[in-house]
Amino acid sequence: MIATQPTREMKVTDPYFKHFERFEKTRSTDGPGWLFPMRKAGLMRFAETGFPTLRDEDWRYTNVAPLASLPFKPVFDSASGFPEARSIRPWPLAQSIGCRLVFVNGCLSPDLSLIPDRNGGVKIKNLKAALREDPDFLHAHFSRYAGNGDNSFAALNTAFFQDGAFIHAPAGSGLTEPILLVFLSTATDGGNTSHPRNLIIAEKGSRLAVFECYYSVNDAVYFTNAVTEVVVGDAARLEHGKFQDESSAAFHMASMHAHLADRCDFRSHSVATGARLSRNNIRIKLDGEGSDCILNGLYLTKGDQLCDHHMIVEHAKPHCNSHEYFNGILDGRSRGVFHGRIFVRPEAQKTDAKQTNKNLLLSDDAAANTKPQLEIYADDVKCTHGATVGQLNDESIFYLRARGIPLETARRMLIHAFAGEIIERIQCESVRNELDRLIWERLEQNPQVAAK
Amino acid sequence: MLEIRNLHAGVEGKTILKGVNLTVQRGEVHAVMGPNGSGKSTLAQILAGREGYEITDGEVIYEGKSLLELDPEERAREGIFLAFQYPVEIPGVNSAYFLKAALNEIRKHKGQPDLDAVEFLALVKQKMKLLDLSEDFLKRPVNEGFSGGEKKRNEIFQMAVLEPKLAILDETDSGLDIDALKIVSNGVNKLRRPGHAQLVITHYQRLLNYIVPDFVHVLFDGRIVRSGERQLALELEERGYEWIIRQEPQLV
Repeated sequence: MIATQPTREMKVTDPYFKHFERFEKTRSTDGPGWLFPMRKAGLMRFAETGFPTLRDEDWRYTNVAPLASLPFKPVFDSASGFPEARSIRPWPLAQSIGCRLVFVNGCLSPDLSLIPDRNGGVKIKNLKAALREDPDFLHAHFSRYAGNGDNSFAALNTAFFQDGAFIHAPAGSGLTEPILLVFLSTATDGGNTSHPRNLIIAEKGSRLAVFECYYSVNDAVYFTNAVTEVVVGDAARLEHGKFQDESSAAFHMASMHAHLADRCDFRSHSVATGARLSRNNIRIKLDGEGSDCILNGLYLTKGDQLCDHHMIVEHAKPHCNSHEYFNGILDGRSRGVFHGRIFVRPEAQKTDAKQTNKNLLLSDDAAANTKPQLEIYADDVKCTHGATVGQLNDESIFYLRARGIPLETARRMLIHAFAGEIIERIQCESVRNELDRLIWERLEQNPQVAAK
Repeated sequence: MLEIRNLHAGVEGKTILKGVNLTVQRGEVHAVMGPNGSGKSTLAQILAGREGYEITDGEVIYEGKSLLELDPEERAREGIFLAFQYPVEIPGVNSAYFLKAALNEIRKHKGQPDLDAVEFLALVKQKMKLLDLSEDFLKRPVNEGFSGGEKKRNEIFQMAVLEPKLAILDETDSGLDIDALKIVSNGVNKLRRPGHAQLVITHYQRLLNYIVPDFVHVLFDGRIVRSGERQLALELEERGYEWIIRQEPQLV
């Protein structure tokens, strides 16, 4: 049992304890011996920090109160609610990518998953199986990067996670085809919560592309709380992406923690269209020399949606580049939040860090909050940031019209282009083409894009 | 083809053009010269349909139509082309896609069928040679990351593809080194057609060594104060704009 102090904040976190007790009774023998103390520490950390509030500087634009008041119903049983295999067809990317793990409400669906025999030496399995089969290897990495440090949601995930993906590319191995991870919610009523947990390890000189997708079957209120840990070894090349297309009533909290060694090439994309409230914590540690990191993001919001990207890029070693490109297209009363912190340690000389956040407002009531934050302790570095919030550029519209293109087409072209400049950075061709088509369709559905 | 009559225009209450008169016939090349702030670029922008200028008096007749009543895209479809002084970078819009859309709008207006991808590619490849451009140019977003010279070449390349009746070149020479200037002016000269006209706007006579005008006009303080043949440009080069201003006592 866990001793708790009845503080004011504890009231909110109390139901989580109750569930954990149940969890402890039924599940404490699952997984290796080192795991349960880790879960317990996660819960303690969550209890200590509680849900963040607007007083918290890192959450000043994103109010999670509606989430905190949601009844907490962690999904422990994987048996119920699995859709049939054929129902996966309409989901974006699921058709075109032949290698996939599908998780329904946080638990693996072997029927919907498809792992080809030949994987170029890359191990692809669910985390639960990996914990069972290779506990020592996992112990060296699991929760080493996400920790329970700066956010209570990651700690909550550690306490309650059921399953997720484990992808391990040993030194020199590689796959040119992407690996797709689908997280599907079949929730019908309020509060169902899943905690997907992924661990991606690309060892020295390996090559991987992994894309996470978050979908739902129903337009229900549920909560996805995902954590992905990424380890990129020397000279490894890893492309990671996340397509968040949850139900428009859902809550989506996710964090991605990447640890980069020497001369890596890491790019991570975040394309967000779904969820009522979504938050992406992206934490990068450039812990080797000569690495390149690209963080690339696109968010399309409407109605009452809020989409928040919160980045901390830590340059710990010299000669690394990190570039962040985030574009938002905001309609209705929706809000986009961008918070990018670049932290350059004293020894990280010759750092080149660049950050841009551009927001296109399609309605008078949409708003964007953008906050760049540079903390530089080295003297020979290049750090730049730029942010824009506004309408389409008149100069660009005139340029297109002066070539014969009608005003409406010019506007549409520029809105698509605004999304396209982000999508273009996706290297994996099949993913890029499909997301490009999908984003195009979503924009075309928006009367604001075609009208005016 | 183009007749500008007593054109008065300004922006935010400030009058810039104070009665411009200019007539351009088919097949002619006219140069409009003038010092900074004389209203050259304003004239070019107004002819292309840039919003934000207030027309307080006068009119512009183009091919029998009142030009100022047309939207910028209608003017382009009617055959007017502005080579921008500062071509706009448009990230995310592919050059080939953009140019094909523009060309097909103009073709549609003329009652011609759309060019398909193959026909379009054949056409642009031929025009690219004219401007000494490499094919990867088409794959890049419009003007994004282009050097000053590349941007200007791209303008003339677009002009070659769209084949306007009246091309307005706004300071096309600015920012070009001598080699780029030769390529660009060579391209412009090859696009001369008996039925088409060119209006070349420039601060310096240098460009007119390569694009030889039939007529030269000097714009000063919002008015055309002197018109002549090519010789006028050479005299200006030698004596400077001061020479003309001093000769026009009403201007001082």
